Amino acid sequence: MEQKPTLREISCQIRRDIVRMVNMAGSGHPGGSLSSTDLLTVLFFDQLNHSPKSWRRDGKGKDMFFLSAGHLSPVFYSVLARSGYFPVSELATFRKLGSRLQGHPSIERGLPGVHMASGSLGQGLSVACGAAITKMLNGEKNFIYVLMGDGESEEGQVWEAAMFAAHHKLDRIIAVTDWNGQQIDGPVSKIMNLGNLEAKWNAFGWETSVVDGHNLEAIAEAYRKAKANTGNGKPKMLLMKTEMGQDVDFMQGTHQWHGKAPNKEQTEVALKQLKETLGDF
Amino acid sequence: MNEKYINTGNKDTRSGFGAGLLEAGRKNPEIVALCADLTGSLKMDAFAAEFPDRFVQCGIAEANMIGTAAGLAVSGKIPFAGSFAEFVTGRVYDQVRQVVAYSHTNVKICASHAGITLGEDGATHQTMEDIGLMRMLPNLTVINPCDYNQTMAATLAIAEYEGPVYLRFGRPSVPNFTPAGQKFEIGKAITLIEGSDVTIFATGHLVWEAIVAAGILEKEGISAELINIHTIKPLDEKAVLESAAKTGAVVTAEEHLIAGGMGELIAGLLARELPKPVEFVAVDDLFGQSGEPSELMKVYGLDAENIVKAAKKAIERK
Repeated sequence: MEQKPTLREISCQIRRDIVRMVNMAGSGHPGGSLSSTDLLTVLFFDQLNHSPKSWRRDGKGKDMFFLSAGHLSPVFYSVLARSGYFPVSELATFRKLGSRLQGHPSIERGLPGVHMASGSLGQGLSVACGAAITKMLNGEKNFIYVLMGDGESEEGQVWEAAMFAAHHKLDRIIAVTDWNGQQIDGPVSKIMNLGNLEAKWNAFGWETSVVDGHNLEAIAEAYRKAKANTGNGKPKMLLMKTEMGQDVDFMQGTHQWHGKAPNKEQTEVALKQLKETLGDF
Repeated sequence: MNEKYINTGNKDTRSGFGAGLLEAGRKNPEIVALCADLTGSLKMDAFAAEFPDRFVQCGIAEANMIGTAAGLAVSGKIPFAGSFAEFVTGRVYDQVRQVVAYSHTNVKICASHAGITLGEDGATHQTMEDIGLMRMLPNLTVINPCDYNQTMAATLAIAEYEGPVYLRFGRPSVPNFTPAGQKFEIGKAITLIEGSDVTIFATGHLVWEAIVAAGILEKEGISAELINIHTIKPLDEKAVLESAAKTGAVVTAEEHLIAGGMGELIAGLLARELPKPVEFVAVDDLFGQSGEPSELMKVYGLDAENIVKAAKKAIERK
């Protein structure tokens, strides 16, 4: 009997997928994809109420996930494919002409799992607010998840949405920030210091937690806690402390790999560090 | 004055929108309205009072309002998001582009106080670029009704249409002359007056001015055809080409810049399919200024007198 893969095995394969997709495309964003792999793996394979095979764009009766930081498309597509939304083999078409796997997520070619286009930053939380209101009006007890980058929270619209969600008591929104401390031009603290991010979200009326974003059990516990605290009127922000380029030594902890593809040799070095657990696409 | 069209009393088109929204909301419980702190100005207060749960106050945060509307739409609601035209176009262009047009969400962008007739608040609030901005976006339908009755009918029509729409209307009280309850067909131009010497294609507040102009031209022995282009995108190309072929001279009239406006759209179509002289009644590369709406229309040449001049010039160029 085939044993169910562990979350660690899944996240390791997803990291392999990311490196291979970006290498094959010759472009893309590996750094943030690798930093948010663990928090997305736990969400999609353990916490999310979803049904990949019968996914609907309107999310009726299910939790909804919005990727706000659209450049994290490599990890998003791998997570979707590995969850069964579409064939894993399709990952090979990433960024190629005519592909459903556009450089940044698009709905135009009908890729299951993608509710909304993203890429121009700062918009996903607003979209999540709208979906949360729909659920509220319909009396549906589902959760709305959104993943943002820390650099992304330099966008003013994020804080418009933060105010709005708290004002309207959208306590079924569970937002996640991939807090890897890096953006294209360098460390977030040097490019545009976010200051005390936890205090900022708290001040906006959110229930905020800081989580070790590479500790699978800690991540799961954070999601569980966020879900348990509905009814308090506060939207939830999980600030996941992560490392850019996690688990690939030469990509780790630097902004250099935000949006750069590894060449053949670099890809080989990276893949040696990431065990093939579920079979490559 | 053409006797066929009687002004039944001046009314603002935004009130037509408000009445249409209320009626659409009564018909369909999936309709939700959003506003960014301009509920009274947009005449959305009747809807808000009757359906408090389905009215979403967004505060002065238009970017978030557009995103929220897209989120409502993707999950099955029919959101009508309203503010001044400038603040739901130029201010939020990228939001409209990514989560409304590109994502093909069923969002109705409701733009009041469009054009120069916003009046005294001046150029910061008077957009004359919005038609151009919105019609450049693939997937987006662009509608600019001409009076109270037609704005109400258009509001009801877009509620039933599946897809993103930009609905443009205005602040001032203007003649209300289209039949109450006339069915609004998106993309179907309405021939108001048949003629043979020149065609006037008008949209929005300029349709009434064009009726007046056609009356003046008639007295001078010039037969003008008048077509109301209430839907700018998709343009009723068949109606434009047939009329231009018949009269051989064209005037376009709109409360907008020449750049990006309906006139350029029609001129482009004619250039490709049926070259004819075209004269634009629109504003040429200027911002507006403070003043009474009727004064501004005159100063910026958006009136019957200027349409008459343009018609004569177009005929001379045949």
